[in-house]
Amino acid sequence: MSLKKIHDNQPDKFEFTKANLELADKILKKYPSDQKKSAVMPLLYLAQNQNENWIPLAAMKYIGKFLSMPYINVYEIATFYSMYNLAPVGKYFIQVCTTSPCALRGANKLVDICKEKISKNQNELSQNKLCSWTEVECLGACINAPMMQVNEDYYEDLDETNTKKILNSFLEDNPLKPGSYRNRKNSSPEKNQILTNGHKNA
Amino acid sequence: MLKEENKIFKNLYNEQGWELENALKRDDWLDTKKIIEKGRDWIINEIKASELRGRGGAGFSTGLKWSFAPKKVGSRPHYLVINADESEPGTCKDRDILRFEPQKLIEGCLIASYAVNAKVCYVYIRGEYLNEGKRLQEAIDEAYSKNLIGKNACNSGWDLDIYIHYGAGAYICGEETALLESLEGNRGQPRLKPPFPALVGLYGCPTIVNNVETIAVVPTILRRGAKWFASMGRPKNTGTKIFYISGNVNTPCNVEEEMGIPLKELIEKHGGGVIGGWKNLQAVIPGGSSMPMVPKDICETLKMDFDSLVEVKSGLGTAGVVVINKDEDIIKCMARIARFYKHESCGQCTPCREGAGWMWRILERTAKGEATHKDINLLSDVTKQIEGHTICAFGEGSAWPVQGLLRHFRKEIDNRCFSEPIVKKKRKIPYLIDQHKLESKDA
Ligand SMILES: Cc1cc2nc3c(=O)[nH]c(=O)nc-3n(C[C@H](O)[C@H](O)[C@H](O)COP(=O)(O)O)c2cc1C
Ligand code: SF4
Ligand code: FES
Repeated sequence: MSLKKIHDNQPDKFEFTKANLELADKILKKYPSDQKKSAVMPLLYLAQNQNENWIPLAAMKYIGKFLSMPYINVYEIATFYSMYNLAPVGKYFIQVCTTSPCALRGANKLVDICKEKISKNQNELSQNKLCSWTEVECLGACINAPMMQVNEDYYEDLDETNTKKILNSFLEDNPLKPGSYRNRKNSSPEKNQILTNGHKNA
Repeated sequence: MLKEENKIFKNLYNEQGWELENALKRDDWLDTKKIIEKGRDWIINEIKASELRGRGGAGFSTGLKWSFAPKKVGSRPHYLVINADESEPGTCKDRDILRFEPQKLIEGCLIASYAVNAKVCYVYIRGEYLNEGKRLQEAIDEAYSKNLIGKNACNSGWDLDIYIHYGAGAYICGEETALLESLEGNRGQPRLKPPFPALVGLYGCPTIVNNVETIAVVPTILRRGAKWFASMGRPKNTGTKIFYISGNVNTPCNVEEEMGIPLKELIEKHGGGVIGGWKNLQAVIPGGSSMPMVPKDICETLKMDFDSLVEVKSGLGTAGVVVINKDEDIIKCMARIARFYKHESCGQCTPCREGAGWMWRILERTAKGEATHKDINLLSDVTKQIEGHTICAFGEGSAWPVQGLLRHFRKEIDNRCFSEPIVKKKRKIPYLIDQHKLESKDA
């Protein structure tokens, strides 16, 4: 269970934009008409997208009304799942996987670089307010370890040099492309890649 | 090595393109109508005969599971739910199926839905796989436009709608009943079983939950025959499987291989060998983080299938091979895995919620050399207290890896521990303070 902090500075009002209202209607059609509650997760996600990547309490109340479910149930869901941000995060939200398979390939170095370049602690905004970072659990791309997710995209097969480059690109608001940083084709084996050391657990 | 012609997933690395036109070249959707016309009983019996076992971790017979769905649809509709939550550390196969072989999954959904009388299928994808979900949606749209699914799918007379539902970052939602709770719009907390989802599942209706890989191999099995599938591997452990080798190897990769391939061959041939050579191997986690590790001497001869791994007190799980070499601190590595479980426990059962934290804290202390021998006995005791006393198998999943560590690396652990001094050092921590409050800042 993740411990989450609700942001102190909450907006009073939240409403879906017209485009999002249309999306919400589409989402509702996926579920039986008497099971509107099923749409709570996708709607929270919509709200998060609309509100600069975090969910204010007003949005939870709004979604509760929208789905005719108690506010507390929406709150419960928003606090249970780790991908809902309840406080502002950077425009570029960097999530470094540090679970063992990634750690075995040097994920801790990525964490050090984040600390150095973005902020000393997790979930703090960088000085120019563009980035924030956090450690997360396995993102299901262990073959391409170490890796990190930035907003929706995976940056894979990283090392210290290119992690620095990538983070700089976010800090400069000019992001580099996601994908493998060793030019490998997805999860295929690389030819002629014999390492003897250099991947020691940091 | 598995012959190219026997591979089911020919586009695992996207060398041929994932789009429908390319998938058709790989024989996806070939004569699907004929398969469906052979009828439910034929399909279920053929899958039973192929001895296909679920690829989601538990290895339950797929044909048998399907046969548990009520034969006739009563007052409640049936559902098929595909488990694409893939969050077990060391596991990353479903992602490649979603990205590069989506038509195999969609065709499998149609056949499976027909077999279990479902007209609606939900695919539960972990929230982080947003791009993979978008890809699957594109593939679903393509399939709709060619009438491969939808009303009267493939002219078979069967209707099927497929919807994607995203998770939002909770490992426990991979557990099938937690997944159903999540799909219903609740917190992802597992339900007590029985009743099993096959009878009371999504919205209280009969529901079959299967892993992505399980469903994606079904069309090929039915096209090429149960005999062909069963001819690979050995009885009860048949067919092919996607393995993925991560950790301290030279070329980490995903690869489809025959069930029962020797672990050494898998690591040396596909993984490019252990970093520092085979002699530098310390241990291997054979099936995702929930499965106990096996030390090097067992790895020499180990075969990768369900039953062989059970014999060495581990399990095939999701078949995610994590290689740990001698340059690594194995205790630290397991402490990190224990932190994962502490973070992901859903909190319903006390032994799991509290025990996961205990295991993590003791292992962290051990890694730093701050634990006493008594602590280690306590650790062993905690794992036993969790195992078998919880609602879902997460409890075993968190306790077994620690038991594995204790079983095989007790010497290393003991070397790092000290005996409690007779006169205890006075610590600054007031006696009554709750230990985990002190640590809550990185909880
Ligand atoms: C804690 C826990 C996590 C699980 N995570 C997954 C998962 O991510 N993906 C999956 O397919 N099955 C997962 N399972 C197994 C499912 O409960 C279920 O057995 C599986 O989806 C059934 O499909 P199969 O018969 O095709 O293997 C998990 C089980 C447990 C106890
Ligand atoms: S065993 Fe753990 S994860 Fe499973 S229901 Fe109990 S508390 Fe939740
Ligand atoms: S451990 Fe990092 S992606 Fe799996």
